[in-house]
Amino acid sequence: MDARNPLDLEAALADVSAPVKLVFFTQTFGCDSCLPARQALDRLASLSDQITVEEFNLVLDKAEATAYGIQRAPAIAVVGGSDTGIRFYGVPDGYELVSLVESILLVASGVSGLSDESHAVVAAVTEPVDIQVFVTPT
Amino acid sequence: MVNLAQRLAFASPHITAAAVAAVEYPDLVRQYRVTGVPKTVVNERTEILGALPEADFVSQVLADTNDPEPLA
Repeated sequence: MDARNPLDLEAALADVSAPVKLVFFTQTFGCDSCLPARQALDRLASLSDQITVEEFNLVLDKAEATAYGIQRAPAIAVVGGSDTGIRFYGVPDGYELVSLVESILLVASGVSGLSDESHAVVAAVTEPVDIQVFVTPT
Repeated sequence: MVNLAQRLAFASPHITAAAVAAVEYPDLVRQYRVTGVPKTVVNERTEILGALPEADFVSQVLADTNDPEPLA
């Protein structure tokens, strides 16, 4: 999928078969990338009736920021029937936009896609595990 | 690695997985000494450089969660 190609994005999101909410955290000052991040989410939402965007202010909406464990903006939590623990920090562009679309498809599908072996290992986890993957846009 | 990490998060209520745009968070890049991508940091202490097959990634992500020494 080429995230810069509108047809590729539209085709990918045509498969979204269940509601997915993109919970977006912005802040009013000192966040040049918050507006382009919100615009990217609006673009995705325009391509599927199943995708909605809910916006909170990182500073003003402390309860929501705490509930989602968000400490920076722009941030996106990908939520299905419940919170999935999937987060994005920064403008979803290039590689990160592709990853965001893939996460939407993952959440909508309801299936992790992990091997049986991996799934068994992950299902046995009982302590908090916080994974951060640093990426670049291209 | 982002997609795989997020599959783990999706499969477990105890796991969170964040993709961090390195260029937008230079403070985190310094804090976690990110010199190349993808770089994965688990519980602020375990580092995984580059891409790994699923089984290896799962093993490394969950292997050292009891290490008492954080990176930062």
